[in-house]
Amino acid sequence: MDIKKIRKQFPMLANNTLMQGKPLVFLDNASTSLKPQCVIDVMNRYYSEATSNSHRGDYDLCYFVDKEINDTRKLVAEFVNCDVNSVVFTSGDTEALNLVAYGYALKFLKKGDGILISEIEHASNALPWFRISELTGCSIYYINTDNGKVTPTNVEKALKEHKNIKLVSIAHMSNVLGYKVDIKEVTKIVHEYDALICVDGAQSVPHFKTNFKDWDIDFLAFSAHKMCGPTGIGCLIGKEKLLNNMDPFMTGGGMNVTFSKDGKYEPLPAPVKFEAGTQNIAGIYGFGAAIKFLMSIGMDEIEQREKQLRSYLNKKLENQDNIVCVNPDSDSGIFTFNVKNVFAQDEGTLLNSKGIAVRTGKHCAKMIDDVINEIATIRVSLYFYTTEEEIDALVDALINGGDILDAYFN
Amino acid sequence: MPTLTNEMMRSIIMDHSSKPNNKHNPPKDGYEMMHMHSDNCIDDINVYLLVENNIVVDACFEGVACTISMSSTDILCDLIKGKSKEDALYMIDQYHHMMHEENFDEEILEEANAFVNTSKQAARIRCATIGWNAAESILKEEK
Repeated sequence: MDIKKIRKQFPMLANNTLMQGKPLVFLDNASTSLKPQCVIDVMNRYYSEATSNSHRGDYDLCYFVDKEINDTRKLVAEFVNCDVNSVVFTSGDTEALNLVAYGYALKFLKKGDGILISEIEHASNALPWFRISELTGCSIYYINTDNGKVTPTNVEKALKEHKNIKLVSIAHMSNVLGYKVDIKEVTKIVHEYDALICVDGAQSVPHFKTNFKDWDIDFLAFSAHKMCGPTGIGCLIGKEKLLNNMDPFMTGGGMNVTFSKDGKYEPLPAPVKFEAGTQNIAGIYGFGAAIKFLMSIGMDEIEQREKQLRSYLNKKLENQDNIVCVNPDSDSGIFTFNVKNVFAQDEGTLLNSKGIAVRTGKHCAKMIDDVINEIATIRVSLYFYTTEEEIDALVDALINGGDILDAYFN
Repeated sequence: MPTLTNEMMRSIIMDHSSKPNNKHNPPKDGYEMMHMHSDNCIDDINVYLLVENNIVVDACFEGVACTISMSSTDILCDLIKGKSKEDALYMIDQYHHMMHEENFDEEILEEANAFVNTSKQAARIRCATIGWNAAESILKEEK
């Protein structure tokens, strides 16, 4: 992997972006990733040379928009190995999970049924289920993790304990701890207990190969913006028979065959029945360009590169007694820690003053406190374009960065 | 109050953060309370004011807060005690002016002048104002 060549394709990296007057060191990739020029170009091209709506015209521009949307759907299907009709475009991972909640769970779950999630889930994979519990009376149960690790064993334990679970929804990779779940094995167990599995792939799909069919997943959600694509676009991947049985979460133009004054309407088949209204067309173009970009590098190469970077960071900080890492045994690009006796946000501000972008706080996983015994942490998240030099800059700032008030007075 | 040097400002912030004077629950009933929490920081505090005959007689706070919110709220409590509601609101208004790099009355802000550089770290303005916003809400409710 030629990192220099890759970085030249990202304007935020190639144009010497400054933050606080210092060269930007962007280590907040789990929050959102940077965008390569090819993604920006394809979106600009739609707006400057090829604007028109989809499904709605007989002229050439519309034809090409429809073709691009269909091509992107095929590309997504190839990227995660699913059928093309399994790909529903959404505004992102959150909308995709809400679509499962309101389109599937609200329709099929009832009082007495259970939904199983883990205590380390992001708000996007917790609150939709809380709402479904409020609306249907079904119960929410939690997988007791092994220090933040969701394993086939602890999933099975929860399924045995609560006989009524109909749906299990877990992140493939935690956005705080970066531990990878053995989804294939977990799915097997979930199906043995006659439940469905919904996988939040926001932190996993951008970082390593996903195999929807081979792993026998029922639902998979992810966002484009964490994988070099634009914001406001993502998808739900669902098994076709499940999508066909689900109700649309939203209705409107583009999703129906017909409707009449008696209040009746006939929806189009999945996936289009879930895509009411004008879609984020530029976003879909950008999503496609991002997938092509990642595929041109290779997902295995990306995974390998991130492991190398993580190992480099681990070695640099392993003997620093004042750095308390909460996930030292993770091999992902997510490194979460605190500096002894320093509040996470205060350290984050000090790093900001040095041009280093990290995330601090609870990272939207507000049930995790008891697992990691911290009320707030600093999260560094790497991506394949991160360099060893950027990690060195972080390490130097953590070790020799001075005190937190330097951010205001130097 | 003489102009504060950087070193003086640093020690004011650190002193109020490490040993806040006013971080405790109210000692008796009758305090007005405002709960504030931040969505971009861990700050989650209750601010309490005891207002009698138009005067802020006492002020205190409890909760979790970063260095900037802890120290700024503690200084607020020190400064607001003994002020009339009008003077307290004037002081809070001047503090907001300082936060946004506008002209402000240095005299009334006393130790709160230590936060004059907060705008250099714009993400922390919310932390530096959380306690002040709570007090402002209580006083405006009271009116």
